[in-house]
Amino acid sequence: MSSVIVNIVRFIVLVFIQAFLLKNIAVYDLSTPFLYILFVLLLPFQTPNLLLFPLAFVLGLSIDAFYDTPGLHAAATVLLAFVRVAFISITVQKESSDNTVPEPTIGSMGFRWFFTYAAILTLFHHFFLFNLEVFSWNEIEYTLSRFLLSSLFTVFLILVSGFLFFRKKKV
Amino acid sequence: MRHLLIFITKYSAFFLFLIFEGFSLYIFVNYNDFQKASFINTSNEITGNLYNHVNNLNDYLRLKEINDKLARENAALRNHFKSSKFIDTTRSQTVIDTVNKQQYTYLEARVINNSVNSRVNYLTLNKGSNNGIEKGMGVVSNAGVVGIVIQTSPHFAIVRSLLHKDTRISAMLAKSKEGGSFRWADDMDPRKGLLYDVANSAQPRLGDLVVTDEHSLFPIGIPLGKVSNLTPKTGGFFLNMEVRLAVNFSNLDYVFVITNKLAREQITLESQQNKDVDE
Repeated sequence: MSSVIVNIVRFIVLVFIQAFLLKNIAVYDLSTPFLYILFVLLLPFQTPNLLLFPLAFVLGLSIDAFYDTPGLHAAATVLLAFVRVAFISITVQKESSDNTVPEPTIGSMGFRWFFTYAAILTLFHHFFLFNLEVFSWNEIEYTLSRFLLSSLFTVFLILVSGFLFFRKKKV
Repeated sequence: MRHLLIFITKYSAFFLFLIFEGFSLYIFVNYNDFQKASFINTSNEITGNLYNHVNNLNDYLRLKEINDKLARENAALRNHFKSSKFIDTTRSQTVIDTVNKQQYTYLEARVINNSVNSRVNYLTLNKGSNNGIEKGMGVVSNAGVVGIVIQTSPHFAIVRSLLHKDTRISAMLAKSKEGGSFRWADDMDPRKGLLYDVANSAQPRLGDLVVTDEHSLFPIGIPLGKVSNLTPKTGGFFLNMEVRLAVNFSNLDYVFVITNKLAREQITLESQQNKDVDE
């Protein structure tokens, strides 16, 4: 039950950070972080698909409401949820994940796994987001550089937040 | 039937993905003429009010800057007053309103949400349809053109900024009156625009003022920027030139929404004409 509350709080906090803080940040008009996807990354392993996809969709729509881009972030976040399902089904064994680790955090899964997980999901999300936003081949160089630099920024923020909040507790 | 159900539950992730992705893309593609989607933007009461509150907080940090700006604007307005350029002309036009003359009024509003670092940028204003703002009105600041109102709610209005990949404004070179089209430059620099499709006979010089012309929905002669870079003439029919924008979009606070009182008359007249042509 407590994990439900934790996730609701996390949802609200991440949307607020994205809408009021990160929206104003852009390094050389190229690199803009989208930390809000951390919510989807950190959902528990056992989240049923029937819940995961609506949550991703609602998260995307809430961000869209603040960015005035209806559907854009929702589409990218739903894709992110799909990639998450695929990635987890490939890398995590069902039996072990059920009882020992509830959430995919940096502390429970280790740095290497979490880094690959965050990087791959962020790349998919950002690539889809930036290309859907521009929707033109004419600016492809520019879009790609925005995509790469922004992904770098987002992954950096995700790892920093991981080290801040989800360090392995020393026994 | 049972096999179908088993198949669907086994690949539920894929089917759910298709459903939600389809729905998102549907909203995304239809947004421009999708009035029902207006609950997913900053003109709704929740997001609009949140931005209003955060903006109020920010104001305390920027009081000095805004004061300076207002003082400067006051001085500028006083200058205009002497030469009766700002308020007097609109007043005098009300009296001698001849057949063709358009009449513009200015409504002051505050920008409560703004972005410059996306390919599609929008502003949110703290006034809406209750104050008479309608879709399609022009928005300017004291420096120049800001954008076009695309959606309104009772208390808020959303403006498509000049920094948007789809914004086009009919413009001309102030000196030679050579017309062209104006849009945001390709490389997303919030300080640069592009004046394109100017007739090849024009002889622009660096620093020439670029203003709105009579075909735009703005009053004639509102500055857009200054020519900052010229591409050498080629054999083509048209010239393109880079323009340094007059408005600094990263610190907009007060703007003016322009009401064209004759716009409705013009639109009904033009739509009538189109109908006649169709028949």
